[in-house]
Amino acid sequence: MSEDTTDTPLLTTPLDKLHVSLGGRMVGFAGYSMPVQYPAGIVTEHNHTRSKAGLFDVSHMGQCWLKGDSHEAVASALEKLLPGEVQALEPGRTRYTQFTNQDGGIIDDLMVTRPIDPADAGKLYLVVNASRKDVDYQLLKEGLDPSVTLEPIEDRALIALQGPSSETVINSLSDGVEDMAFMSSHSLKIAGIDCWISRSGYSGEDGFEISVPSESASSLAEQLLSHPDVIACGLGARDSLRLEAGLCLYGNDIDETTSPIEAGLIWSISKRRREAGGFPGEDRIKREIADGAKRKRVGILPGGRAPARDGTEITNEPGNVVGKITSGGFGPTLGGPVAMGYVPTELAAVGTSLNLMVRGKTLPASVAKLPFVPPNFKR
Amino acid sequence: MTLKYTDDHEWVSVEGDTATFGITNHAQEQLGELVYVELPAVGAQVTKGGDAAVVESVKAASDVFAPISGEVVAINDTLEAEPTKVNEDPEGSGWLAKIKISDASEMDSMMDADAYAKHTG
Repeated sequence: MSEDTTDTPLLTTPLDKLHVSLGGRMVGFAGYSMPVQYPAGIVTEHNHTRSKAGLFDVSHMGQCWLKGDSHEAVASALEKLLPGEVQALEPGRTRYTQFTNQDGGIIDDLMVTRPIDPADAGKLYLVVNASRKDVDYQLLKEGLDPSVTLEPIEDRALIALQGPSSETVINSLSDGVEDMAFMSSHSLKIAGIDCWISRSGYSGEDGFEISVPSESASSLAEQLLSHPDVIACGLGARDSLRLEAGLCLYGNDIDETTSPIEAGLIWSISKRRREAGGFPGEDRIKREIADGAKRKRVGILPGGRAPARDGTEITNEPGNVVGKITSGGFGPTLGGPVAMGYVPTELAAVGTSLNLMVRGKTLPASVAKLPFVPPNFKR
Repeated sequence: MTLKYTDDHEWVSVEGDTATFGITNHAQEQLGELVYVELPAVGAQVTKGGDAAVVESVKAASDVFAPISGEVVAINDTLEAEPTKVNEDPEGSGWLAKIKISDASEMDSMMDADAYAKHTG
């Protein structure tokens, strides 16, 4: 997670006043002033999300509509920009995919939802990374069929409620979400506020992402926070939770040089798309599917207590640099350091011994199974 | 015993020719809960303003600079197992290391408790 160091004025989210009133420590992130933590601290926020529920402001992320004449039209237009399966997406379902470039690198990763309401036929709802919003919207404007229009959504906030108590909390303020499956999506009145809710997230826990009109965002957040199981959590806990869950952070673990296959995201490319192709970078991606990638994203467990941060060089037994850590820190649930990085495929098997160069010292480490913490999704 | 503070948010307690140092309460509040502390080796020579230790929170690693030049004569190795001692008692049991002072005049530019309180206020 890189913080901004420029002097450009930061944008604020509709929850800015609430963050400050809760004592959030505000930092620049992707051009937005965001809470990195609250007074409870990252470890407490992390552990609370794993045991009960944490509320995260993710309004900096880009929400947008794509609108076409029919689902087939809008889905086939979007599929020209990414290898994911959009055509077969059922109403009310959400999928994870990645925009790819001509070299098979990842321009961004995103969520695509087909709305459940028949009145929304021909629409797709996208959520993209804050840091890639401008790049993505330009890509969509240039790359979509002229019959499909892009409409950035500027008047809604996005709130993530993550953790095993999330369902109970939302049930206490709505008609109930116990029937919602993982990666499903629909409209729901929560505390009387019209929201779009999907059962998804970025923590490895059960949870929901809630799109809410900006003017009602603080009211919704406060009502969710008034439940005894919920505390406010910042970007710090969001990062440690997703790292333990083995999820990629754009700009760290995936970027324009890494392919979805190297990143271990092959599961997000359907059989039909693998066979039929028709997406940017398909030569490399299909070749890597057939022959294997030269390097792979793996979990890495440092042997001692010292965290290995992103950028740390990975060396093999003879001492040659073979890769680098792309995300690394301390996993509160594991109670020790955790990391992810890229290594040559021949060194990617779980249990392989590696070394990490931390502040000039060689520290032992081993390749570990991802995720570090078993997922706790609703199935 | 003399207690002084540096611009880099360290405290230094001097008895005879030995300085015990650590990070201030203000510093530990800014860093958040520590998960790892790396200390210098006993016998190492440190230079005022040079690297002496590293304190790591969940989110980031931060360098701790030597507040004074000299030889490291002791380190608080209990922090290896309990880094949060620095959060709980930064100016007591969360001390980092002891340095045999090579140039006591380096103390002159440091702040007393009142001046440090104003500096962070």
